[in-house]
Amino acid sequence: MKLDVRFPIGLMFAIFGLILAVYGLATGGSELYDRSLGININLVWGLVLLVFGAFMLFLAWRGAQGACADKKAGDGPPKA
Amino acid sequence: MHSVQLGGIDYAILILYFGFVIGIGWALKRFMKSSEDFFLSGRSIPAWVAGLAFLSANLGAQEVIGMGACGAKYGIMTCHFYWVGAIPAMVFVGIFMMPFYYGSRARSVPEYLKLRFDEKTRGFNAISFAVMTVFSSGISMYALAKLLNLLFGWDFDVSIVISAAIVLAYILLGGLTSAIYNEVLQFFLIVLGFIPLVFLGLKDAGGWSGMQAKLTAVATGKGFAPGAWGESWQNMSSAAANPMGVEWFGMVMGLGFVLSFGYWCTDFLVVQRAMAANSMSAARRTPLIASIPKMFFPFLVIVPGMIAITVTWPTDLMPKADPISVSRFLPANSKPEAANPSPPGNPAIPTDAKAKPGPSVDELLVLARQNGHGLIPPKIDGKTKMAKLTKDGKLEMDYDLAVPMMLVRYLPTGLLGLGLCALMASFMSGMAGNVTAFNTVWTYDIYQSYLRPGKSDDHYLWMGRAATVFGIGISVVCAYAATRFNNIMDMLQLVFAFVNAPLFATFMLGMFWRRATGHGSFFGLLLGTGAAALHHGLTLSKGAEIGLKGGWLGSLVHTYPSEMAQNFWTAIWAWTTCFVMTILISLATRRSKTDDDLRGLVYSLTPRIKEQGVPWYKQPATLGVIVLALAVALNIIFW
Repeated sequence: MKLDVRFPIGLMFAIFGLILAVYGLATGGSELYDRSLGININLVWGLVLLVFGAFMLFLAWRGAQGACADKKAGDGPPKA
Repeated sequence: MHSVQLGGIDYAILILYFGFVIGIGWALKRFMKSSEDFFLSGRSIPAWVAGLAFLSANLGAQEVIGMGACGAKYGIMTCHFYWVGAIPAMVFVGIFMMPFYYGSRARSVPEYLKLRFDEKTRGFNAISFAVMTVFSSGISMYALAKLLNLLFGWDFDVSIVISAAIVLAYILLGGLTSAIYNEVLQFFLIVLGFIPLVFLGLKDAGGWSGMQAKLTAVATGKGFAPGAWGESWQNMSSAAANPMGVEWFGMVMGLGFVLSFGYWCTDFLVVQRAMAANSMSAARRTPLIASIPKMFFPFLVIVPGMIAITVTWPTDLMPKADPISVSRFLPANSKPEAANPSPPGNPAIPTDAKAKPGPSVDELLVLARQNGHGLIPPKIDGKTKMAKLTKDGKLEMDYDLAVPMMLVRYLPTGLLGLGLCALMASFMSGMAGNVTAFNTVWTYDIYQSYLRPGKSDDHYLWMGRAATVFGIGISVVCAYAATRFNNIMDMLQLVFAFVNAPLFATFMLGMFWRRATGHGSFFGLLLGTGAAALHHGLTLSKGAEIGLKGGWLGSLVHTYPSEMAQNFWTAIWAWTTCFVMTILISLATRRSKTDDDLRGLVYSLTPRIKEQGVPWYKQPATLGVIVLALAVALNIIFW
């Protein structure tokens, strides 16, 4: 693969998650959350997105490791 | 104070998203060396990426907004679009049709038609498809800009320019690969942006059982059996027993067979994603992988619509300013749709209608709370700026606002930015899908075939980029045309429906019957299209006016209980006519292609594919069986 699509996906959701979680922490208990039935959904969902983003990044990193290992092992270039 | 507000954080998320979208195009730019890289991603896309893009390209505005609207209007029966319609068709295209699409090395669906039949069949398909894609992408853009204007007060022109510029930038930079990668990104955005919405909505409605209980009230209030909104099959014995107005045969045959197979198996917009896969095995798995998340999409896009009619706006979310009077939008003596019928009101149309502004989002909330159905406000006519009435004098509801209203109801600043990204992603992926399909068909099937054959590959790569620019340019013009002549858009969509309905018969005969000839397919298609137009011109749905909705041939032969039933039967007539006429004409004409020519294009002349070295759980047949079993299970659970 030319560019592992899991990398930008992971990065974007990790950043989104971080922003939302921090914003959720800063706005905890505000009337903002009347809308979401009193749940601090920014914090909760921010953490979920962060975990998802990190997992995608981990998969992308593992994929890159695998591709390097293939090269080193002399199996020729990884399949396009 | 506005009750719907975007904060700095929402804008930050939105701008970051745009940055990533264009960044992906930028990162792929250096790989775009040949026309095959640009139009077919160099056939190097892994199966799971192609699969998610296959799903996402279809996940345009029509899906997210339209399925939510249907969920509110018809309830869980809307799931038939997935569990009867899309899933079997996706399994079929993966297992039976992909070997010919991918194996023939055709670069587009029209090119397959040329290899299998002849030049005129290809030309007909290429031109109608190219026109359809630019118009669809224009309609997508128009709908997005209108929605953003309504909800957040954004300028219509700015919305159009931004969405067009972003899609243009990332396709120009990275071609189909860029569109596909962004579709995968958009897939995750839509899923992760809508889950909290469904979660909060269901919690508010009292969980699944709470929602079902409230839907019972909705159904009985409209004079249907209590389960009409919550059961998918039990009310399908006759058309009058369910809100969709369709009986089981029209549903299974019209939607399940003709329309769904026609779309998923022949529309280059989706097939192109599978053609970009890196191997035959991956191409066959593409639709099968896509079908697994597809099956569960009703919970993300239909359920929000169902929630929207069971909950109401709480008072503390109403505009904080002085009480807003919305009576100027309401005709005298009108009653909400759910109430008992009242004598037809005669809406007085003010003479200065043009100068009058439509409702602001605050007014819309008040309208929804006082006169709407759940979260959904009454429909305001674009010209008169007055609430529309149905034929029996009730207020018509604007079901297309079900999902947007859910977003602004439940998501606080922060998450609202993510929800907005998901919404924009759906519109942009729909647009990008159309544009990439357009530039390929234009360059390979029209420009290279008829206008400038025999040029260098560099020349066609350049043409592809140019086609991207003028394709989007025409789409922008269409978006503006839609603001002025709404009927022209409706009419065009109708014509496309006529052209598309019989197409699946042509492909079926082409792939599975070697005797089908070029003349047979071309004239069969024309006659099938004619049959669709004829059927539409002779029938009408209950309560509709003669014209765009049918009956324009003067005499009415049949009146359907609903527009949907009419559409399904139009498709059934078109398909049957094309199928029968293609067979008859083929038998009467001489074959122009020998068995040798047709090797790899027709089922009986192509050696069966042996998936060697592929573990059993990755075999298309195994996957297909699993997917179908799951779809049957879902049908039974929500019977």
